[in-house]
Amino acid sequence: MDRIPILRMGRFLLVTIQIDLYDRLATNLESDLVQMVNKTGARGVLIDISALSIVDSFMGRILGNIGSMSKIMDAETVVVGMQPAVAITLIELGLELKGVHTALNVEKGMELLQEKIGADDLDDPDEDSAE
Amino acid sequence: MKADLSKLLQRKKKQILESWIQHQLVDETLREDLMSNEELREQSEELVNALLKSLSDKVFADADAPELEPVYEILAGISISRARQGFSPKETGLYVFSLKNALQEVLDEEAKDDPQFLYDSIKRINKLMDNLGVLTFETYIKGREEVILRQTDEITEISTPVIRVWDGILALPIIGTLDSARTQVVMENLLQEIVNTGSTIAILDISGVPAVDSLVAQHLIKTVSATRLMGAECIISGIRPEIAQTVVHLGIDLSNIVTKASLASALKYAFGLMKLDVKRIQKDIKS
Repeated sequence: MDRIPILRMGRFLLVTIQIDLYDRLATNLESDLVQMVNKTGARGVLIDISALSIVDSFMGRILGNIGSMSKIMDAETVVVGMQPAVAITLIELGLELKGVHTALNVEKGMELLQEKIGADDLDDPDEDSAE
Repeated sequence: MKADLSKLLQRKKKQILESWIQHQLVDETLREDLMSNEELREQSEELVNALLKSLSDKVFADADAPELEPVYEILAGISISRARQGFSPKETGLYVFSLKNALQEVLDEEAKDDPQFLYDSIKRINKLMDNLGVLTFETYIKGREEVILRQTDEITEISTPVIRVWDGILALPIIGTLDSARTQVVMENLLQEIVNTGSTIAILDISGVPAVDSLVAQHLIKTVSATRLMGAECIISGIRPEIAQTVVHLGIDLSNIVTKASLASALKYAFGLMKLDVKRIQKDIKS
C-alpha cells in the first residue's frame, strides 16, 4: 500500500508530495496526518505540493479538510509551493482553501509557522514554564 | 448553331486575360504601391487559367461543382493575401468583377450575330461571377478578422506587464477593460512571475480600468484568491471614487481584500508588511 511519508521536524510535521495524488492516497494521507498530529502533539503542518501538477476538486477538498482538522486539533497548516496552474484551477473550482495558510516555498512556509506558533507560545504560560 | 460557351471562352483565353489586365491597369483603384504590375499579371493569369480550365456546362449550372474547387482555392488565397496587404474591400471586389467585364466584352464580339446565345451566355457568366464575388468577400473578411484577432492577442500580451518594483514586490498596472480572457492572461502572468521572482507581495493597480462591474470585480477577486493560494499577498490599488461608488452600489464585498487608494500607498503598505522603512537621509551637521 502506497503511503506518503510524514516527517517530524521538532514541533512541526513535514509532508512533501512527490507524486501525483490519486484519491485513495489522498484519503490515506488525510487520516495518517490527523493521527500523527494527535500522536506527536505537533503544532504545525507543512505540506509541500510543488511537484503536484494536476489537481481536482477532490484533492482541493482534501487539502481544505486537512487544514480544518488540524485547526481544531490546534495545529496550523501551511501549503507551500503551489504551481500557478494549480492555483488557477482551484480558484476556478471555487475552492479558496480557507483555514489553510500558504507560502511560496518551504523556507517561507517554515518562517510563517514559526511566527504563528511563536506568537501563540508567548500567550500560553504553560508552554513557557515547560520550556 | 449552338456554340459551346466554355469551349469558346477557353479558345479566347489570351484575349480575356489581356482585356482583364487592361481593365485593371486603367482602373483608378489600381494600387501600384501595394502590388507590382508583374505580380498582378501573374496572379490574374493563374486565376484565369484555373477558371477556364474548370469551365463546363455542369459548372455553369451548379456553383458547388467539385471542378470549381481549385478556382475557389486560388481566389480565397488572393483575397486573404489582399486583406493582409491592406487593399480596401472595394478594390478587392472590383478586381474580381472586372473579370466579368472582360468576359462579357469577348462574348460581345464573338456572338454579335446570335442575340439569344449572347443573352444566355451573359446570364450564365453573371451567375458564375457573382458567386466568385461573394466568395471573394467572404474570404476577404475572414482575412481581415484574422488580422484583428492577431492584433488583439498582441495588445493583450503588451498590456499586461508585470513590474518588479522592489525585491519581493511585484506591481501589475491594468489598463483598459478587464474581461475573462484578459483576466486569465493577467492571472497567469502574475502567478508565473511570482514563482520566477519569489515575490511575496503583488500590487494590482486598477487606476487604468475605466469601470468596474460585478463581472470585473469577480475577476479581480479570483486573481487575489489565486495569488493567496500561491502564498503571496495581493493588494489592489488605484480605486477611484466612481469605482468605489459602483462597487458599493452593486453590493460587491471587497472587505477581505486589502485595497489602497494609490500605488504609492500600496507600496508603503507593502514595505510595512516586509518590515522595511523608507527614510529621508539626514544630512550630517558638522559640529
